[in-house]
Amino acid sequence: MALTAGPRPPNSVAAMATAEILTQSGTLELPEALPLDCGQSLPGTQIAYETYGTLDAARGNAVMICHATTGDQHVASTNPRTGKAGWWQRMVGPGLPIDTNRMFVICANVLGGCLGSTGPASPGPDGAPWAMRFPVITIRDMVRAHVALLDHLGIDRLAAVVGGSMGGMQALSLAANWPGRVDKVLAIACTAAMPAQNIAFQEVGRQAIMADPDWQQGAYYGTGKAPDAGLSVARMAAHITYLSEASMHEKFGRRLQNRDAKAFGFDADFQVESYLRHQGVTFTTRFDANSYLYITRAMSYFDLVEEKFGDPGAGLLADVFTGTQSRFCVVSFDSDWLYPTPESRKIAHALNAAGAPVSFMELSAPFGHDSFLLDVPALDRVIAGFLG
Amino acid sequence: MPGLRPDLAVIADHVAPGSRVLDIGCGDGTLMAALRDRRGCDARGMEIDPANVAECVARGLSVIQGDADSDLAFYPPQSLDYAILSQTLQTTMRPDKVLEELLRIGRRAFVSFPNFAHWRVRASLLWTGQMPVTRLLPVAWYETPNIHHLTIRDFREFVAARGIIVEQAWYLAGDRVFSGTLANWRAEHAVFLLRR
Repeated sequence: MALTAGPRPPNSVAAMATAEILTQSGTLELPEALPLDCGQSLPGTQIAYETYGTLDAARGNAVMICHATTGDQHVASTNPRTGKAGWWQRMVGPGLPIDTNRMFVICANVLGGCLGSTGPASPGPDGAPWAMRFPVITIRDMVRAHVALLDHLGIDRLAAVVGGSMGGMQALSLAANWPGRVDKVLAIACTAAMPAQNIAFQEVGRQAIMADPDWQQGAYYGTGKAPDAGLSVARMAAHITYLSEASMHEKFGRRLQNRDAKAFGFDADFQVESYLRHQGVTFTTRFDANSYLYITRAMSYFDLVEEKFGDPGAGLLADVFTGTQSRFCVVSFDSDWLYPTPESRKIAHALNAAGAPVSFMELSAPFGHDSFLLDVPALDRVIAGFLG
Repeated sequence: MPGLRPDLAVIADHVAPGSRVLDIGCGDGTLMAALRDRRGCDARGMEIDPANVAECVARGLSVIQGDADSDLAFYPPQSLDYAILSQTLQTTMRPDKVLEELLRIGRRAFVSFPNFAHWRVRASLLWTGQMPVTRLLPVAWYETPNIHHLTIRDFREFVAARGIIVEQAWYLAGDRVFSGTLANWRAEHAVFLLRR
């Protein structure tokens, strides 16, 4: 199942060695087509990735971080498109819980993404953008691309794989489908099978994009128009699910935006409206609408039992992990209603039933699903402690 | 075993090396770490307080945040050599059901609890007419986690009525194990090793 790209230098490498953190950016082009769960193979697959720190002589200190839905490989380096700090800069670096003084950290843009890895905006075999001709991908396909990258880097066994949200799904998929390739698995705020409520929210987002006339059945590349309005609405809806009622109330309440009274119109009267509109518009400057369709589709399709046995009814979640050699840590947050604690508990109990060493905890944090990205010192301690 | 709370030391000294153990209400993982490091056990834990779970994870232990009253149901039958419940029985909602679960998932179970019939507790209740606050039961009635106080005699009658076999019992007073004479008067703590 794993593709072998063979150890060879990355196609393009830009080294940014600073006193504090050694960062390398690269893009790997797979020499062979990448087989996909849908039955097709993807030719010319490119995987954009970054590494931090130094791989030790035994190649035993590699930690792969898997990013969430709209994340990217810039886990601890400035994002060139937004100019903002890396999305997990608070967690990854010298002396931080994922310590780049000791660990060799790898983070790759997912297959289907739009920050350098092959996705619907990438050129297809005829040179024109894939658009909706891009095959529908799965979480396991994303992981298959990660495994090809690990092969390329000459890493047979990861010290750990770490991921939150969609990243957690990839971590679980790696452990389940490539047993023996990872020692420690840390899955944060995720699920082993996408719940109906989450599929529903994602469908709202996809429909918003596809209802935008500028979407043009996905063939908007080069037309000078893009479904920004639709993508913006999709992001607004999704963003609500990442927060908690309490954090929204705390941040915005019913306060008005730059005005003393309601305008009796449909401008953004409320701060929360203004904030969401800003989030939506900003998102369109950094993300491709078709990528959003494909990546959320992969998440909606995600069911670990189905991945492993071909049918969601073909086994128990515990069976997925039978004989695993990995150690697991599963973390949820009490204010996360998108991937609520029972989803994580299910994973923990299944791993326990499979006899796998597993820890599970629900941390208290006010920020909803986004808690894994924000200032939650308890999570820092758990990650540092688990990775050791 | 030195360095452990006395009732934990009794348990640690009598767990067979290399066995598979679940410590329910494992706290910060002290017993688990001792069983792992000194007896070579595959020790897992369950703990209700997330701060304690995080502490255990930092010690390299595998602990599930969960509640003895509800979460033992997820463990397969006879999947453990020992289920350990130390100083936790009296804090559960349904001690009877928890005990049944212990012996469903474990071939043997260690259970330790404070003895409410210790003479100091009896004397306190008799002379002051108030719920006792002692060295081992230091919390006032309204905030104590101990919601099901029991005595050694209660426990013996309970297990006998259910056909549970007591393989061994240890009685502690002043942090020392003693012979067991007049245990229900003299013991502050009891540790039982049970099987079906």
